[in-house]
Amino acid sequence: MSRKTYRQAVSEALRHEMRRDLRVVIMGEDVSGGLGAPGEQDAWGGPQGVTKGLMPEFGRGRVLDTPISESAFIGAAAGAAATGLRPVAELMFVDFMGVCFDQIFNQAAKFRYMFGGRAVTPLVIRTQYGAGLRAASQHSQSLYPIFTHIPGLKVVLPSSAYEAKGLLIQAIRDDDPVVFFEHKALYDDEEEVPDEAYTIPFGEANLTREGSDATIVAFGRMVKFANQVADSLEQDGIGCTVIDPRTTSPLDSDAILDSVAETGRLVVVDEASPRCNMATDIAALVAEHAFGALKAPVRMITPPHTPVPFAPELEDAYIPSPARIEEAVRGVLAAKR
Amino acid sequence: MQLSRDQLLRAYRDMATIRAFEERVHVEFAAGVLPGFVHLYAGEEASAVGVCMNLGDGDVIASTHRGHGHCIAKGCDVKAMMKELYGSVEGLCRGKGGSMHIADLSRGMLGANGIVGGGPPLICGAALSAKVMKTGGVAVAFVGDGGSNQGTTLESFNLARVWELPAVFVIEDNGYAESTASSWAVGGDQLKRAEGFGLPARRVDGHDFFDVHDAAGEAITRARSGGGPSLLHVVLDRYYSHFEGDAGTYRGPGEVDRLRAEKDCLKRFRKRVIESALLGKDQVDTIDREVAALIETSVREARTAAKPSAADVLTDVYLSY
Repeated sequence: MSRKTYRQAVSEALRHEMRRDLRVVIMGEDVSGGLGAPGEQDAWGGPQGVTKGLMPEFGRGRVLDTPISESAFIGAAAGAAATGLRPVAELMFVDFMGVCFDQIFNQAAKFRYMFGGRAVTPLVIRTQYGAGLRAASQHSQSLYPIFTHIPGLKVVLPSSAYEAKGLLIQAIRDDDPVVFFEHKALYDDEEEVPDEAYTIPFGEANLTREGSDATIVAFGRMVKFANQVADSLEQDGIGCTVIDPRTTSPLDSDAILDSVAETGRLVVVDEASPRCNMATDIAALVAEHAFGALKAPVRMITPPHTPVPFAPELEDAYIPSPARIEEAVRGVLAAKR
Repeated sequence: MQLSRDQLLRAYRDMATIRAFEERVHVEFAAGVLPGFVHLYAGEEASAVGVCMNLGDGDVIASTHRGHGHCIAKGCDVKAMMKELYGSVEGLCRGKGGSMHIADLSRGMLGANGIVGGGPPLICGAALSAKVMKTGGVAVAFVGDGGSNQGTTLESFNLARVWELPAVFVIEDNGYAESTASSWAVGGDQLKRAEGFGLPARRVDGHDFFDVHDAAGEAITRARSGGGPSLLHVVLDRYYSHFEGDAGTYRGPGEVDRLRAEKDCLKRFRKRVIESALLGKDQVDTIDREVAALIETSVREARTAAKPSAADVLTDVYLSY
């Protein structure tokens, strides 16, 4: 056990699995970097340095730099997964799904079903998402609801370094296609992370705070904000349960419904655009199955229905903030039914 | 390449099976008993068989929406295929795939594909598997002239070259992308496109089994021995329209009749092997009878094969969830 960053945790998970299983290969743009260039080799390790050091250890046969051709290499990862490898492909930013989505949702996601259960596609797509780095509209989106919508895909949103390592090892060992969303504003976050390999099962929510006054369901980076809010409200004697579902597909509905049954008050925090996102999905879930338990209307804290803006003042206004979450919790507590 | 008598018999049987399968599916579909979308391969048999005769079960192909021929040529079970088209739970994909997604990974058949140009990236992956696991396998992507214009196909040419993959891209140019002529829709020349990506390429007469078999053999041998990817531009014709139900009004007057009379890979094969005494007429006739019986049995069994139950909707989405 030692303190590790989210970046190191992801990197360790890849290293563990590549050492354990020769079928695990990684591929993507600049996953090593510098290939064919006159200068440093293994120059990048991906844009966040996550995969740096893997090529020297595992060689170019298993750490595959690619041309900037997402359709070709994401599709190749799907085809390789269906024929015996366990590829981990890096889609540098999830915003680039626009140039390769067919290979994910029409091919990899559907092989098993279309082929009558006679295909196994152990594919992992790692991708960066989220706002906060002033990267503007085409490098900042939180598109996980689109993937969650697709039957056949599993969708994972690690909220911390510990979560990232255990969930990625699970993803690589999983036999279904998994899309693994790494929040670009979390890479430098540190916490205690075991040195050895461990897995965190999918579909089992993590209750990061427990309290009986209100339930906050949050995803990815928003879990961090929700925890801050819960700690702050604790000072005022308000107890919040914070639920990190960890995976949006499968979704641990029971954990959410059980908590709402106890607290009667729900705030959902989702960095994705507000229409048809996880917040609406969970609000609908609770409305259908726990309506009687609700003591206040469900509050959804999301960005506005706009692209992600560039200027710091604009982006800061766009991202759901701890202040907005706290206001929402106080709001549901004050509501009378 | 010299073919043994058994290989010639197999080539004829596979091509005749594809033809008979497709002619019968045409009839069954017209009778309204087959659900869904169906695209027929009749006329193109020499391409699928000429290529796949060079492959084994350890090699992988990806097909197109016009996939029945590739399935049969790759060794998929014909009765299970017909059951799949009928939507039976006894079908090759348990009634979940149908004509456009028919597949059998145990035979290295990675699926027909409802997305034009969907296959080439997947084949880069299958070729990567063969390369990383050192199986000696080769992966082949069949693409139509329509699919040749998709970015996926062109990206895959490049990826296969830079990764030095044991892959072959077979462009089956039947002259029409749906209803639009390839002479209009394809900019440049298929061989020069390949040349631009550094792929060795040959244009072959897709009505001539021997021409296809020879060129495919060369490309597949090159891939298998570490020489990297190649391209074949197979010029051929389809007898039916894009999909069953398409009136095909975009084709010229008498075009299909003329093709059937003058450009028939089966007739050409028969003539050549019989005239050169490679096979006897009786051997070929016997195959025709056996194939007819197989297709008849396939349809009869498919008509009464078990249908899926509503509960089957929910299975096969994930291994665990």
